[in-house]
Amino acid sequence: MVDILIPAIITIITASTPLVYAALGEMITEKSGVLNLGVEGMMLMGAVIGFIAVTQTSSVMLGILAAMLAGAGMSLIFAMLVLGLQATQVATGLALTIFGIGLSALVGQGLVGVAYEGIPKLPIPLLSDIPFIGPILFKHDILVYGSFVITVLVSWFLRKTRAGLILRAVGDSHDAAHAIGYPVIKIRCLAILFGGAMAGIAGGYLSLSYSPLWIENMSAGRGWIALALVVFATWRPGRVFFGAYLFGGITILQLHAQAMGAGVPSQVMSMLPYLATIMVLVLISRDQKKIKMNSPACIGQPFHPSS
Amino acid sequence: MIPYLEKRAEHSRTMVYISPFIALALTLLGGIMLFSLLGKSPAQAMYAFFVAPLTSLYGWAELGVKASPLVLIGVALSIGFRAGVWNIGAEGQLTLGAICGSCVALWLYQVDSVFVLPLMMVGGVLGGMFWASIPAFLKTRFNANEILTSLMLTYVALLLLSLLVHGPLRDPDGFNFPESRIFHDAASLPIMVNGTRLHLGAVFALIAVGGIWLLLSKSLIGFQIKVIGQAPAAGRHAGFSVNRTIWFTLLLGGGMAGLAGMFEVSGPIGQLLPIISPGYGFTAIIVAFVGRLHPVGSLFAGLLIALSYLGGENAQITLNLPIAVTGVFQGMLLFFLLACDVLIRYRIRFKPVSRFRHG
Repeated sequence: MVDILIPAIITIITASTPLVYAALGEMITEKSGVLNLGVEGMMLMGAVIGFIAVTQTSSVMLGILAAMLAGAGMSLIFAMLVLGLQATQVATGLALTIFGIGLSALVGQGLVGVAYEGIPKLPIPLLSDIPFIGPILFKHDILVYGSFVITVLVSWFLRKTRAGLILRAVGDSHDAAHAIGYPVIKIRCLAILFGGAMAGIAGGYLSLSYSPLWIENMSAGRGWIALALVVFATWRPGRVFFGAYLFGGITILQLHAQAMGAGVPSQVMSMLPYLATIMVLVLISRDQKKIKMNSPACIGQPFHPSS
Repeated sequence: MIPYLEKRAEHSRTMVYISPFIALALTLLGGIMLFSLLGKSPAQAMYAFFVAPLTSLYGWAELGVKASPLVLIGVALSIGFRAGVWNIGAEGQLTLGAICGSCVALWLYQVDSVFVLPLMMVGGVLGGMFWASIPAFLKTRFNANEILTSLMLTYVALLLLSLLVHGPLRDPDGFNFPESRIFHDAASLPIMVNGTRLHLGAVFALIAVGGIWLLLSKSLIGFQIKVIGQAPAAGRHAGFSVNRTIWFTLLLGGGMAGLAGMFEVSGPIGQLLPIISPGYGFTAIIVAFVGRLHPVGSLFAGLLIALSYLGGENAQITLNLPIAVTGVFQGMLLFFLLACDVLIRYRIRFKPVSRFRHG
């Protein structure tokens, strides 16, 4: 039983990691009062640029950095349009996704079929030798460890730091925050860039570790699932992490069921993560008060200092 | 001189119409840069992209073939966007329309009657409406975000299509290829211009433009949609039902997308395949915005975006340019449009560089 359980849990962790990154990043963006629907596009750019960097330089760190910068670069376009030029957030986010799908396919056209062995696993000495827990928790690559660390950091940042408080204030009432003298536009820009960088890493994880290769449109809706996770988690980091693992679990469960030949067509099993997303959205949105209580009050609203 | 934005006292109506043209010009400039980066002669590439496809009658007909689904879906989506209902799952609704239309065609495979096509159209519309009714129900009943639910359902629809063409709807004499039987003549759309693929769907796209224009300008529901979109509070005070608007716009969008999907399988494709659309449902979002959420505007925007599809295919054949350039063009166009729209509400002013900060 343990022989099956350990690999299953490890694959759940790998399936959940990109969702943790993308959803935490989007959560910070949304906390500042900005809704960026371009997660899917930013992830794809992170995936393709990260893959190019790592196959060209064979440096893992450069690959991750490139993925991060690609995501942040995409989000900078979004920030310029939404913050600088007052464009509608929903439409601009959609544009970012459409653009990202096209651009990543264009940039990555020579990469289809290029092989990469995946970023190395870094077993933590001693800890990884503990039976059962060791292989599950302490034999991963740097990005998986990073996802644990970043969850704790984001949680700490929002709860315990002054900067986190200011971020939340900007998201809850940009006019009040502006009146007190906080630079609303600058703070939102930073939050958007953070969201982009995290989406970039999420994409990079897909092409550098999860797959590891580049295929057009390889994020397959994970960016949108990340967006749903933020709502599901009612904008709380711990719940984002939990939600990501719930989805990773469903994804892996259906893959295993397919492999074992559960008698259900593979397409039906592949529908499960998407149907589950709809289910959790319904369950959480049903309670309108809960959503209103927790969502950043200014989300989606444009801000111009003169008005 | 430092540029800055100054709010206009009221929205500029001129800019509403000029903005798409500035955006198009900027997109073309962006295209020139893109082609240079790809190591192609910009002049040659621009010609291959935007002129060469329209040098023959067949090319113009193909423009209509590509524009029909875009216009059909684009005009319907623009109604929803006006009301603040973000149906971005039109691709899934299109897929369901294609599936249901095909089911009718395959069910009536032996029947040679003039009623086959109308029944297929009804099937397509109902299929699309059914798929759109799910986000509508979840939004009105459970307050679930329609952006996310309609999009998730698109992935489900594409998997459903794959399931059906690999299984129940597969051609029994087709050597196990994942495709349905080729439709009979009775189930195929009539061709409008001999020697081309321009089909009846183009006529329906034009009817849709006229119909939606009438709906928006003359009907009560059209008025309600405009009010709810621009001033939700005023709409509520006037007693307009938000839920009814959500249902109406989603069902309309779903029905039209379903019809477009049925037209695709019954017209240019002629059978059900695992992939039936190059993302028309998503691109129609761009059509709606570039068309200023106006039916007539969507018609022209649909033709423009259709040209980008044709140009992409042509440039791939003649210049060996990757087909993904089309998507980049479409994304750029929407970006530049959204950027230029700032001019509707703001003026660009310049202030001299001062050594003192005014805060």
